[in-house]
Amino acid sequence: MNNFAYTQAASTKEATTAKEADKQAAFIGGGTTLLDIMKSNIEQHTLLIDINKLALLGITNAAEGLRIGALERMSDVGEHPQVVQNYPVISQALLASASPQLRNMASMGGNLLQKTRCGYYRDTAFPCNKRVPGSGCPAQQGDNRNLAIFGTSPSCIATNASDLAVALVALEAKLTLENPKGATRTVPLADFYKLPGSTPHLENHLLPGELITAITVPAAAHARKSHYLKVRDRASYAYALVSAAVGLDVQGGTIRSARVALGGVGTVPWRVPAVEKALVGKAPTEDNFRAAAALAVRDAQPREHNKFKVELAQRTLVRALVEVI
Amino acid sequence: MDTEPQFFDQPGGYVGKPLVRVEGREKVTGKAKYAAEFALPGLTYGVFTTSPIAKGKITRIDTSAAAREPGVLAVLTHQNLPKLAKTPNDPQGKKDIGAPMGFLPLTGDEIFYAAQPVALVVADTLEHATHAATLVQVSYQKSEPLANFKQPKAELFDPEKVQDGKQKGHTRRGEPQAAFASAPIQLTATYNHPVYNHNPMEPGSTTAHWEAPDRLTIYESTQGVTRTQSAVAAMTGMPREQIRVITKYLGGGFGCKGATWPHTILTVQAAKAVGRPVKLMLTREQMFTSMGHREDQEQVMQLGATADGKLTSLVHTKKSTTSPWDNYAEPNSKIVDLLYASPTFESSYELARANVMTSTFMRAPGEAPGSFAIECSMDDLAYRVGVDPIEIRLRNYADHDYGTGQPWSSKSLKQCYARGAELFGWNKRNPKPGATRDGRYLVGMGMASASYPVHNSSGTARARLYADGHAVVQAGATDLGTGTYTVMTQVAADSLGLPIEKVRFELGDTLLPTAPNSGGSVAAGTVSSSVYLACQDVWQKLIKAAVIDRKSPLYRAKPEDVAVEKGRLFLKKDPKKGEAFGELMKRGEMTDIEGMAQGKYGSGYEDTAAAKNADPTQKDQAGHHSMHSFGAHFCEVRVDMDLGTIRVSKWVSVIGAGRILNAQTARSQIIGGAIFGIGSALMEETIRDQNFSRYTNADLAGYHVPVNADIPDMTVEFVEEHDPHINAMGVKGIGEIAMVGVAAAVANAVYHATGKRLRDLPLTPDKVLMAGLNS
Ligand SMILES: Cc1cc2nc3c(=O)[nH]c(=O)nc-3n(C[C@H](O)[C@H](O)[C@H](O)COP(=O)(O)OP(=O)(O)OC[C@H]3O[C@@H](n4cnc5c(N)ncnc54)[C@H](O)[C@@H]3O)c2cc1C
Ligand code: SF4
Repeated sequence: MNNFAYTQAASTKEATTAKEADKQAAFIGGGTTLLDIMKSNIEQHTLLIDINKLALLGITNAAEGLRIGALERMSDVGEHPQVVQNYPVISQALLASASPQLRNMASMGGNLLQKTRCGYYRDTAFPCNKRVPGSGCPAQQGDNRNLAIFGTSPSCIATNASDLAVALVALEAKLTLENPKGATRTVPLADFYKLPGSTPHLENHLLPGELITAITVPAAAHARKSHYLKVRDRASYAYALVSAAVGLDVQGGTIRSARVALGGVGTVPWRVPAVEKALVGKAPTEDNFRAAAALAVRDAQPREHNKFKVELAQRTLVRALVEVI
Repeated sequence: MDTEPQFFDQPGGYVGKPLVRVEGREKVTGKAKYAAEFALPGLTYGVFTTSPIAKGKITRIDTSAAAREPGVLAVLTHQNLPKLAKTPNDPQGKKDIGAPMGFLPLTGDEIFYAAQPVALVVADTLEHATHAATLVQVSYQKSEPLANFKQPKAELFDPEKVQDGKQKGHTRRGEPQAAFASAPIQLTATYNHPVYNHNPMEPGSTTAHWEAPDRLTIYESTQGVTRTQSAVAAMTGMPREQIRVITKYLGGGFGCKGATWPHTILTVQAAKAVGRPVKLMLTREQMFTSMGHREDQEQVMQLGATADGKLTSLVHTKKSTTSPWDNYAEPNSKIVDLLYASPTFESSYELARANVMTSTFMRAPGEAPGSFAIECSMDDLAYRVGVDPIEIRLRNYADHDYGTGQPWSSKSLKQCYARGAELFGWNKRNPKPGATRDGRYLVGMGMASASYPVHNSSGTARARLYADGHAVVQAGATDLGTGTYTVMTQVAADSLGLPIEKVRFELGDTLLPTAPNSGGSVAAGTVSSSVYLACQDVWQKLIKAAVIDRKSPLYRAKPEDVAVEKGRLFLKKDPKKGEAFGELMKRGEMTDIEGMAQGKYGSGYEDTAAAKNADPTQKDQAGHHSMHSFGAHFCEVRVDMDLGTIRVSKWVSVIGAGRILNAQTARSQIIGGAIFGIGSALMEETIRDQNFSRYTNADLAGYHVPVNADIPDMTVEFVEEHDPHINAMGVKGIGEIAMVGVAAAVANAVYHATGKRLRDLPLTPDKVLMAGLNS
C-alpha cells in the first residue's frame, strides 16, 4: 500500500469536485473492498475522499417504488421491513452476501462497485488484463471454476461478484448519479456495467467525479413475489457459484410478468429476457420453468473448469422459480 | 510407580472434570500475549518481498529505492544476508538444524517456488516496511515451472523413504498381489486430495531480540520452543543456552508451527543486521507459502476379500508432489496397514518434484488421507458383500497390530462402534443407498473408523511446592490453544492435593524444563506424565525429610511405608499417624521444595522401563505394545442432488483415548478435529495454477473453512479406558484422531444418500452435480 491523503467530504459537491481534480483519488464508503484492493497494491490511490458524512441515506418506499440512499449499509437495507416485504429478492440477496460484520460496514453504492474475486486479478504477481491492460488473461487457461460463462471475451472472463446487483438488475433498478457540477442523471443499472470486450479495466459508465447517490427500484407485483437463491461452496460467507434472482406476477394460474437474472455466471449481472418472455403467459409449473431455464444458457461459453455452471445455472433458476411460487 | 494414578475420582479432584480454561480470562480480556505482541523498546518491523515467479533466476536486484524510503533500516537480500554457520541447503545442514525444508531463501539467486522471499525489508514501522518492500526492484530470468506430479513433464520417482526419511516407503507383509489376484472380491479405487493449508488463526511470527552478542531472545509462534531453540542454535552456531525462545500463547498450529521455517532465522539475521529487535509477522497470503501445506496426492487402494468380506489383501500406492529438495510425503500407508486384520499388505510411494515449497505435517499427517482411502474402500466392500458398514469392520477387526505383530496396549474400537451407533440412531438407517428422502434432500448416513498412534516422546517437568500451600509447576511445553495450561494445572493440583487456584502452571519458555514439541498428539500424555511424576518426586523428597525428622510422627518409618493423600503424609498401615506437608516444611524451615521428573512414552504404570534402550528407528514400537487411540465417527448428510450441495446434518464421534484429562477441553478438541475433517471433505482446497505454479486463492475468502452454518450440533463421547502401558498418566492424546476418518465418514454418508461414490476431495457442488449427470 502506498501513502495517501485522506479527506472527509462535507457535501456531495465537495466530494465530486475533489474526485474530478485528482485522477488517482477514490471515494471511500465502507472501505471493505477498497482497503483490500489497496493493501494488495491492485490500486494505488493518492487521495481517499470519505463520503460517509454525506446525507446519502434513507430507505423509502412509495407508490412508485423504493429509494435507497447510496450510503445505507447492506445490513440495514437487508433487514428493512419494507424491503423484506415488498422487495424480498433485494433483502435476500443482501443477507446472503459476505458476513454480518462486512454487511454492517459496507454501503450499497460500494457494493455495486466491488471488484471481481478472480484470483489472478487479486494477486499482482499474475498478469491480468483488468488490472494491467494488455498483460494477458491467465484465467482463460487456468483456474476458471469461479468465473463467468456469459458476456466473456478473450480478454477477460471475470464474474461480477455482487449479489445485490443481480437482484437489482432483475427488478430494473436505476442509479442516481451526481456530477461535479451538481447535476444528476439516472441510469438503469443494467446499462451501467460494461462488458469486458477488449477493455476489461473499464467496468462501468461512471464519468469523472461522478458519485452514486441513490438507487431506485420501481414497484411491481413481480417485485413483491421475488426471491434470491444462491448456491455456494459453503453454507454461508462465500461468493456465489451460481445465483438466481427471480420475480413473478402470477394471476389466475398464469404468469403475467417475470423477471429473471443470474449471478456468478456473468461478467456483468446477467438478466435473461428470453427466459422472462418464455415464462409470460404460461402456468407456473416446474416443467414450464425448466423449458424456460434452458433458454438462459443458450449463449453460454464455458471454460474448462466452469462447465458445470451451464447445468447449475438452469437448476438454480428452476429452483428459485419453484420456491417463489 | 506400579499402580494407576488414582486421585481422579476423589471428591474435590480436578482431573477429568470439565473445568473452564485457567487462561480464559487473560485471552478474552486481551492480556494474553501472543508471539507478535511483545512491545520491545526500539522494536522494528520486517516485511518480505516475494517472488512473483515460481522458477528462474534473479538477474538483478536493486534495493536503492526501498532503502531511500523514510524509516527503512535495512534491505536484506541474498547479497548481504549476515552469514550463517549452517543452512539447510545441504543434507547435513538440514539434518543438524532439523529443518523441514532443504532450502533457505535469501541464500542464492535461484527461484524455486512462487512467493519465495527475495528480500527482507526492515523499517521503524510496519507501514514503512510494507511499502518499502514493494519498492525492491528485482529482475528475473524466468523458466517454465512444474506445478504438480500429474503434469506430463513431471518425473515420478521412488523415494525409498518418506516423511523426510522418517518412514519406510515400502512395506510388505505376505504376498498381497497373489492374494489379490485370487480374491473372490477385488476392489480398486483411486482417491484424490488437493493441497490443503493449515491456516491457523494466528499467522506465523518471529520477534528476534539480540540482548547482547551472545544473548538472543526469540518470541516465536511455534509448537515447540525447544525445537526452535536448537534449530536457531545450529544455524547461528551459538550454544543453545544463549538462545531463549518464548511462546506463551499460540493461536493454533495444526502442524505448520511444528518445525522452524525460513522466516524465523531470517528475522534473527535481520535483527543482527540492524542491531535492534525485529518483528516479522507473515501475512495471511504468505501463510500459504511459508510454513508448509498438505501435499496434493493420489492414492490407489486395492482391496481383496473373500465372498463374505474378510480381507485377504491390501495394496496401497500413493503419488504426490514434493519440493525441489525434499522427499516429503505423508505416510498414508501406516493406517491402511493398521486398521484391519488383513493377512497381506503392501505399500509404496512415488513422488515428483515441482516448483512448490516443501509440504509438512498437517493434523493427522498420513492418517487423515490414508483413512479416507481405506475407510471409503471398506464401505464399498460392505455394500459389495451386502452387510452393514459396521459389520464389515467387525468381520475384519484386528485383535492385534497385524503390521508389527504386537498386542494393543488397549483398544476400545468395538465399544466406539456400539456406542456411536446407539447415540447416532444407526439402526434407523435404511441399508439401501439413495433410498432415504427428506423433501428435496437425499439423506445419507455414513461412518468410519479412526485411529492415531501414541508417538514416542519424553519430557521433563518441575514442581515447586511452597510451605504456605501453593505451587508453581513448569514445563517448556506449548498450549496450542487447546487447553494445556488448564489440564496441567488440574493434574498438578490433584497430584499435590492443592486447590486449583493455588497452583500455577507455566509453559512456553526454553528456560523451563524441556518438554516435547506439541505435535503428533504427544503433549497431553507426555507433559501430564512428567508433571504427575515431578509432583511424586516432591512427595518422595518430603517423605525422606519426614522420616529423619525427630519431631515428625513419621520419624524412623521406612519411606516405602509412607503414603501421601491430599497433601498429608501418613503411614500406610496406620493412616492416623502422619502430618500435613505444611507442618513438616515449616518445622524444617523449608520455604519450598522442588521435584523434577521425566514423563515418557511407553513408560506406563505397569511397564515402567519398557521404553528404555529402544531402537531409535523403531521408536513407536518400543513399548512391547502397539499403542494407539481408536474411535468411530458417524455422519448424516443432506444432499441436494439438483444443486449439488451437501450439508452435514448430524455428527457423532466416540473415542477411546486413554484417560481424558478435562471433559470440556477434550470435547472441544474432538469437535475441532471433526470440523477440520469436514472442511477437508467438503470445501477446503488450495488451488495452484497449472501454468504459473502459483496459488490463486491464497486468502480466507477463497480458501473456505467451515463456518457455523456448515456444522450441526455435534455429539462427542469418550469410552473409559485404562491403559497401563503408554505413560504414567495413561493419556493417549486426542489432537489428531478427531480428524482421522472424518472425510471418509462424510463421503460414505454421501454415497449412502445418493448412490454416488465421490473420491476426489473436496466434495464441492460441481462434483456432486457432475456425478449426478454422468449416471
Ligand atoms: C471476505 C468478503 C466476502 C464478501 N462476500 C460477498 C458476497 O458474498 N456477496 C457480495 O455481493 N459481496 C461480497 N463482498 C463484497 C462486499 O459486499 C463489498 O466489499 C462491499 O459491499 C463494498 O461496499 P463498501 O461500502 O465497503 O465499498 P468501498 O470499499 O468503500 O468502495 C468500493 C468501491 O466503490 C467506490 N464507491 C463507494 N461508494 C461509492 C459511491 N457512492 N459512488 C461512487 N463510488 C463509490 C469506491 O471508490 C471503491 O472503488 C465480500 C467482501 C469480502 C471482503
Ligand atoms: S478473467 Fe479478467 S480479471 Fe481474471 S485474469 Fe482474466 S483479465 Fe484478469
